[in-house]
Amino acid sequence: MADILSRLQEQVRRATERGQALVIRGGGSKAFLGRDTAGEVLDTRPHSGIVSYQPVELVLTARAGTTLEVIEAALEAQGQMLAFEPPHFGPDATLGGTLACNLSGPGRPWWGSVRDHVLGIRLINGRGEHLRFGGQVMKNVAGYDVSRLQAGAMGTLGVITEISLKVLPQAAMSLTLVQEQTAAAAIALMNRYAGKPGPLSAACWADGRLYLRLSGAASAVKATAERYGGEVPAAGAFWQTLREQQLGFFQPARAGDACLWRFSVRPTARLPDLPGAWLLDWAGAQRWYCGPGERAVMEGLATAMGGEVTLFRNGDRRAEVFHTRPAALQTLQRRLKQQFDPAGIFNPGRVYGWL
Amino acid sequence: MSAQDQEQETLAARLRGCVGPEYVIEDAETRRPYECDGLAMYCELPQLVVLPANTAQVQAVMHICHERGVPVVARGHGTGLCAGAMPHPQGIVLSLARLSGIIDLDTEARTARVQPGVRNLAISEAAAEYGLYYGPDPSSQIACSIGGNVAENAGGVHCLKYGLTVHNILRLEVITVEGEKIDIGSEGLDSGGMDLLALFTGSEGLLGVITEITLRLLPVPEQARVVMAGFDTIQQAGDAVGGIIAQGIIPAGLEMMDSHAIVAAEAFVQAGYPVEARALLLCEVDGTAAEVQEHSDRVEALFRQFGATTIRTSQNEAERALLWKGRKSAFPAVGRISPDYYCMDGTIPRSQLAPVLTGIEHMATEYGLRVANVFHAGDGNLHPLILFDANKPGEFEKTEAFGGRILELCVAVGGCITGEHGVGIEKIRQMPVQFSPEELAQLEAIKLAFDPQATLNPGKGVPLLKRCQEYRTLEDHAHG
Repeated sequence: MADILSRLQEQVRRATERGQALVIRGGGSKAFLGRDTAGEVLDTRPHSGIVSYQPVELVLTARAGTTLEVIEAALEAQGQMLAFEPPHFGPDATLGGTLACNLSGPGRPWWGSVRDHVLGIRLINGRGEHLRFGGQVMKNVAGYDVSRLQAGAMGTLGVITEISLKVLPQAAMSLTLVQEQTAAAAIALMNRYAGKPGPLSAACWADGRLYLRLSGAASAVKATAERYGGEVPAAGAFWQTLREQQLGFFQPARAGDACLWRFSVRPTARLPDLPGAWLLDWAGAQRWYCGPGERAVMEGLATAMGGEVTLFRNGDRRAEVFHTRPAALQTLQRRLKQQFDPAGIFNPGRVYGWL
Repeated sequence: MSAQDQEQETLAARLRGCVGPEYVIEDAETRRPYECDGLAMYCELPQLVVLPANTAQVQAVMHICHERGVPVVARGHGTGLCAGAMPHPQGIVLSLARLSGIIDLDTEARTARVQPGVRNLAISEAAAEYGLYYGPDPSSQIACSIGGNVAENAGGVHCLKYGLTVHNILRLEVITVEGEKIDIGSEGLDSGGMDLLALFTGSEGLLGVITEITLRLLPVPEQARVVMAGFDTIQQAGDAVGGIIAQGIIPAGLEMMDSHAIVAAEAFVQAGYPVEARALLLCEVDGTAAEVQEHSDRVEALFRQFGATTIRTSQNEAERALLWKGRKSAFPAVGRISPDYYCMDGTIPRSQLAPVLTGIEHMATEYGLRVANVFHAGDGNLHPLILFDANKPGEFEKTEAFGGRILELCVAVGGCITGEHGVGIEKIRQMPVQFSPEELAQLEAIKLAFDPQATLNPGKGVPLLKRCQEYRTLEDHAHG
């Protein structure tokens, strides 16, 4: 592994010297995200493998090129899990890409996001230095939180080489309930339930139905299921097909026929009237919209809902796809990138045209 | 009047113009209370103390200070424990105490918009009638400000299950060193692009001044119960903690105390702790009534299996509060058995607890000082309290050296120098133990991206590289 690591460092150093843009790539499962970018490929996959895993410490450390499949199999064997339920979007998804893209699954409002579970990272900066931030302990406030800063940065600040994560035990029992509801009623119900103590661990409205997942001690799950009511679906795979965007709702976007917009907003916000279709996850805090839309109009709607919007799939990937940032924030992000990547070689333009 | 005095008077006049004359403190007597934070061993008198009333005034103050290159040290309620709010002798203290309003409680979306000077506990008190509360509960929560919590990424006794400050905030309004207002995050759960919200959390006032916070509120659990157990050895108690985790139970709180801490706390509050025990565990489980019953039964059985000599489970809220009271008053309790105490804040992998405590005991003998230990066992955060007498010449210096070695031991076993108190000035000497020169240079570079003149809380958090070199030379000298 030391060889592979020095090769990666060498590739970065050479690229910095020549001002050669690098496209950091793991399994390529999330290549559709963000903006188009070009350059020499830096492949993180050879740098793979679980470095340490101590179930009793609830901590796992793995190299960035390790696939999620490998990690999840190791956790499964110990009755543990990645509580942020990362979307894979393909069999080759790596841990590094998962953190860089900061995508989390249906349990996110209750169990946290990938960034919430990151304890520490190692990273190669633009000078080719291999640096360590954070650690393998739950609490660490020495120095700035460079580890979590990487979440969503899509590799623009450096090459993540290793990640330490908090892992959690699987719930003793999980159960899904389905009720017929309108979108407005579902928003109200999801938020009401989320405001009550109990084992709610996912809440989604799709295709006229409200799906609720309860997870925890068997006693709590059963008692709550009786109170909330609803049908228990025969197939239990709903949450995984939702997470992987394999539900019918996502098909037009997966086929490249329609734009998919992701709204991250106040969960109680009223749903705007648009011609396309909606799917509401995270008890209303993450909303998928499949249909046509002008970016400026979509941003206006997102702002009115207290949050922001991303053009998640399709559309013009050379234009901006993430929510517009005011000038002061652009300046700060540019300065910050420059401090990590003075020659501007890491995934230039992947997140924003100006970064 | 010297040029320096004149400069000072002009600065004061301009600041009086923007916050009003009664909110610029100039006389030494009134400035005195601001000379230190909760770590009173480190103090310094600031040039001026300024108390703005709102965001616009903070902006104006920042603008004036930036123009003149005046150092600014932001301050909440001064309960910090790392001298992070110690004033700069050439600078101003920017007190955010007057920004103390809860702007909005959105009980349906379960969020609160608050100003930085709001006390941590006041948020939970305001949310209580809606069945909601704010998760992170540092032991200073009666007094500490939420702005300070964000600056230090404060934890508490419930963070294994409910997270640190960074896990419980959604949006920050920040004033940059230039006086510009920026919004970071939103009312949604995630934002696109690099995670600046995480970068600001725990940045110790080095990157900007927080003027408003939107935070998440959680539903108050239906029920909570605490199981207390006494053990004959630290090792047994440590193994019992591992046993609980291995069973798939994530307790709401899981605390350990050693015999010095047990005896001190029991003498102070009479919580009913077994004073003959070498280690005490407090394990809180919460959830629905049935869930709490199930989990507390399992925890009791586990404690027995790992050799607990005493077990007591709270039967009602009053008993639960009493069992916690001992732990929560551990610091003042230790304060009663010693003229002074010095609280450390290392974090270690849980498996290293027994060897680390043994190591600390050896060092204590070497330095001729006593140590009591309280431990957030769930998340590995160790608080050794070194007992000393500040009136004995040289004893604080000895204590500080001892503390430094404890932190170095934490790093050596795979932990870190601070879990929740921050680096401030106090632990800046240990930063080179945890970070390489390249890593420190990268941290310094982050600082410069936000604050190119380094006037925000200068000298704290991240050592300047020149100083690091000096520390290393000192170290070599000491060991050589």
